[in-house]
Amino acid sequence: MHYRSRGYTVFTILNTVFLCLLALICILPLVHVLAVSFSSRAAATANIVNFWPVGFTTDAYVQTLANGKFLKAMWIGVERTVLGTILSMVVVTMASYSLSKSSYKFPGRQIYIWIFVFTMLFSGGLIPSYILVSKLHLIDTIWALILPSAVSVWNMILMLNFFRTIPQELEEAAHIDGAGHLRVLWSVYLPVSMPSIATLSLFSMVSHWNSWFDGVIYMTNPDGYPLATYLHSMIVSDNMSRIGVTSESIANFSNRTVKTAQIFIGALPILLVYPFLQKYFVKGIVLGSVKS
Amino acid sequence: MYWRKTWPFHMLLLPALLLCIVFQYIPLFGVVIAFQDYQPWLGIKGSTWVGLDHFRYLFTYPDGKQVIWNTLIIAAFKVIMNLFIPIVFALLLNEVRKIFFKRVVQTLVYLPHFLSWVILGGIMLDILSTEGGIVNRVLNSFGIDSIFFLGNGPWFRFTVILSDVWKEFGFSAIIFLATLIGINPALYEAAEIDGATRWQQVKSISIPLILPIVIVVATLSLGRILDAGFDQILNLYNPLVYSHGDIIDTFVYREGLNNGQFSFGTAVGLFKSLIGFILIVISYRLAYKLANYRIF
Repeated sequence: MHYRSRGYTVFTILNTVFLCLLALICILPLVHVLAVSFSSRAAATANIVNFWPVGFTTDAYVQTLANGKFLKAMWIGVERTVLGTILSMVVVTMASYSLSKSSYKFPGRQIYIWIFVFTMLFSGGLIPSYILVSKLHLIDTIWALILPSAVSVWNMILMLNFFRTIPQELEEAAHIDGAGHLRVLWSVYLPVSMPSIATLSLFSMVSHWNSWFDGVIYMTNPDGYPLATYLHSMIVSDNMSRIGVTSESIANFSNRTVKTAQIFIGALPILLVYPFLQKYFVKGIVLGSVKS
Repeated sequence: MYWRKTWPFHMLLLPALLLCIVFQYIPLFGVVIAFQDYQPWLGIKGSTWVGLDHFRYLFTYPDGKQVIWNTLIIAAFKVIMNLFIPIVFALLLNEVRKIFFKRVVQTLVYLPHFLSWVILGGIMLDILSTEGGIVNRVLNSFGIDSIFFLGNGPWFRFTVILSDVWKEFGFSAIIFLATLIGINPALYEAAEIDGATRWQQVKSISIPLILPIVIVVATLSLGRILDAGFDQILNLYNPLVYSHGDIIDTFVYREGLNNGQFSFGTAVGLFKSLIGFILIVISYRLAYKLANYRIF
């Protein structure tokens, strides 16, 4: 009844307009950058591009993709994302299987959980980690980007909570048929947890693809930069100071269309996995954070 | 007997445990260099001990207090805004009846959360530029002078706080939305029959029922009051705004790694970790007391 009152109608209209505005604010900057990247260099320099390309051209993309350093960085980014995600998922899944057992079945579970959770609360910090990685001679290798972050405690908690929802009978039946724990994990747990594994893999991929800071500190040679670090050094640092930048790279990167094309290519994988990600993550997050 | 039954569990945990010990626990012992004058070529064993000198230095250092203050002020504003705005957004979105519209809005507002600060930083450098960035062009068209968002201290802080809210508000709202969706519709129906207006329903049903989760989120975010956003600031700042934008984490990075003051950087980092740890423990206790929240 009250849904039809005049006040409520006015509110609904205002609310809809307001929410539309909020949604636009979240997406328009990206649309603008995309429009600039497809505009002619002249139009971009003249600052007349808004949300639609002016003088449509794909030159900036051609130039970006012809840049050997950009491609190299992209390749390292892909390599790190794939390797890092696989390693992290394997390690986390195996550990979550054990941790999902009840304390009755696996005394000692609690100790392990606290060992892992403590790392979420307290860490040695940037410099001791850096010293360790350099002592292990991982500097300038891709392992410096993969190993330190391989154990994601957050993913572990989500995963073990999911494993706990799997009916015990399935596992017991497998044990009676003579299956060991590895077999149960592989043939019982994994198939039923595919949605959850897909979500966490996507989370892990997104975080690897987005990580740039470890590239800055663990790669002394810019040839080893993954794409995110490369973009940081080209777009962000370049903006701060042009000291030490060669004339060739200034000619290349002061070009606004090329910069925006690089930004967009950097965001593209996320934009592509986003639809799949979104399908699952709401459930995952709520499951992980509110448990009453 | 114990081992015969549980060894597969230990074996499955082994890789994670090893990685965790190597990359999380060994650096914990590395913090002793905060009490040394650490020289890389001498190593931890060879370096001389200096006690609490580096900690004293932090507080007498000309920029030390400024850095701590910047951290607190930026983080505090972020905590407040990132609590308040997602709640309001969730309440407003919850009033939308058209499922399709709701989905579209949700999809768009969650997106920035998944883009890195490198990408968003690049976008912001472009749109906030004083030389024809689109934001300043819009301001100019309203007759407002261009604003040097990323080159002027107070504006820099404002931009950092606002852009963080912009990136995260949609995503932070998820948890409130989930709670609102979980409210039993019978409550609203009963209120309706009693003649309550929509606003009255929001006031006496929606808000009280999301209050526990609000308290949990609020107290938990207290534990992060020293995290003012390393990633974001490192991607946005420049020497012009160090005075207003330098936070503990960026300070550790610049002084510790860039300028090679390993011990001082570690001391500052340790100071931050310790305070952070105490705050997290307090905030978890509070969340448990006020809203009966537990991590496990």
